[in-house]
Amino acid sequence: MDIIEAKNIDFYYSDFHALKNVSLGIAKNSVTAFIGPSGCGKSTFLRLLNRMNDLIPDTKLAGKCLVNGEDIYAKGVDVDTLRKKIGMVFQKPNPFPKTIFENIAYGLRVNRMGNKEFIRNRVEESLKAAALWDEVKDKMNRSAYDLSGGQQQRLCIARALAVKPDILLMDEPASALDPISTAKIEDLIFDLKTQYTIVIVTHNMQQAARVSDSTGFFMLGELIEFSDTKKMFLNPAKEQTQNYITGRFG
Amino acid sequence: MPKNSEKELISLKEEINSMWKLVLSQVQKCKQAYLTGNVVLAHEVVVREKSVNSFELSIDIGSENYIALFTPVAMDLRWIISMIKISATLERIADFADGIARHVIEDNSDLVPESVKDDLKIEAMFDAVISMLSDSYVALETENTKISGKILQKDDIVDKLYQDGRRYLAEYIQKEPAKGSSILNTFLTLRKIERIGDHCCNIVEEIVFYIDAKVLKHSKAKNKISRLETESEVGTQE
Repeated sequence: MDIIEAKNIDFYYSDFHALKNVSLGIAKNSVTAFIGPSGCGKSTFLRLLNRMNDLIPDTKLAGKCLVNGEDIYAKGVDVDTLRKKIGMVFQKPNPFPKTIFENIAYGLRVNRMGNKEFIRNRVEESLKAAALWDEVKDKMNRSAYDLSGGQQQRLCIARALAVKPDILLMDEPASALDPISTAKIEDLIFDLKTQYTIVIVTHNMQQAARVSDSTGFFMLGELIEFSDTKKMFLNPAKEQTQNYITGRFG
Repeated sequence: MPKNSEKELISLKEEINSMWKLVLSQVQKCKQAYLTGNVVLAHEVVVREKSVNSFELSIDIGSENYIALFTPVAMDLRWIISMIKISATLERIADFADGIARHVIEDNSDLVPESVKDDLKIEAMFDAVISMLSDSYVALETENTKISGKILQKDDIVDKLYQDGRRYLAEYIQKEPAKGSSILNTFLTLRKIERIGDHCCNIVEEIVFYIDAKVLKHSKAKNKISRLETESEVGTQE
């Protein structure tokens, strides 16, 4: 069974029909990338997966979105618990104005997860999982703002990992980073998929090709094609996909 | 290099290495089969030809995927281009080995006396191309083009043996017209070994293209060797 199942999703920002009858399934411990031109609905779809769009007024959703077989939009679903299971990393690194240690520990404290020793261990574990531990272990009490952009982004990934999510959503996680930091994030994605299911939105098609197992191509709110990444970049089924990935779009 | 693309590269490299070893063993076995008239061994070469073809297909698919997913540049791009060409060339070499093995199976080459095979120095030709193929494997493995010149020089020896053999057979067929069919097959074997040598040179050119970013193909053998030697000296001075 797929860990994420979207069934006939329609989404509206007021009158604007942002997603049109989108259905797909995402396998556990895989990396799925969404590509498409600006405004195609890929980020909207990503944000639906942990109900981030709930925060936007005058939106409407139809269809079903199941995670581990449970409808995440069903009545009684606790959104905080949901977001603990489905972490998110944004385009611009957004560390808290706190120390490196506190950035990771914060989520654990808010969720009342364990004692001091537990938190200390989990902070270390999360920083190691985010391939940042070696770079920060001697400056845990320094401000997170002292880190480089790439390090801040890995800190945000560590922060998301600290609460042990099942799924990690990444919205353009490397678009604000230099090539070396981008390569580190991509390596990290490659390592993390053994334990997490990762869904990433990217404008960078080569990045989608490099890091993902499956790719979805969105255009004008429709999921034009969703397939194995190798197939998508070697022999896409739809002409629109072919035109987009070869730069003939528009 | 990012971990995921490195993983793909390592897996492609392993396939090419395995294909190379298989092709080398095919040439060694067809030599043995030809020189001893061992039909069983010749059959083995024919049967294993399918495995060589499978390797070529698999490397083609892996290379297509690698280019589509990882958009290689610089030395990674040169590497993948070289590997696509090398795997196609290895497949052609294996075809020649298969062809020689089929001569052993189908042919009545025993009509051609052993002394003729000795005069033609077929064993020496086989040995030269086998060492060209194994030395080029070492050149790629060690990323060392300094031995490339020596490999190319061996092809001159193979060419000379082929030309001598051709003349010898032209005279022999006039003396023994009744053995024409066998003599023709012997000539075809000679020709196939000579072509294996040519293909080994193509492989060397691809290795030099990958490692030194130099295009040697379509230049005369002497020029190729002198360019490689010049580079080698420069390398030594450094």
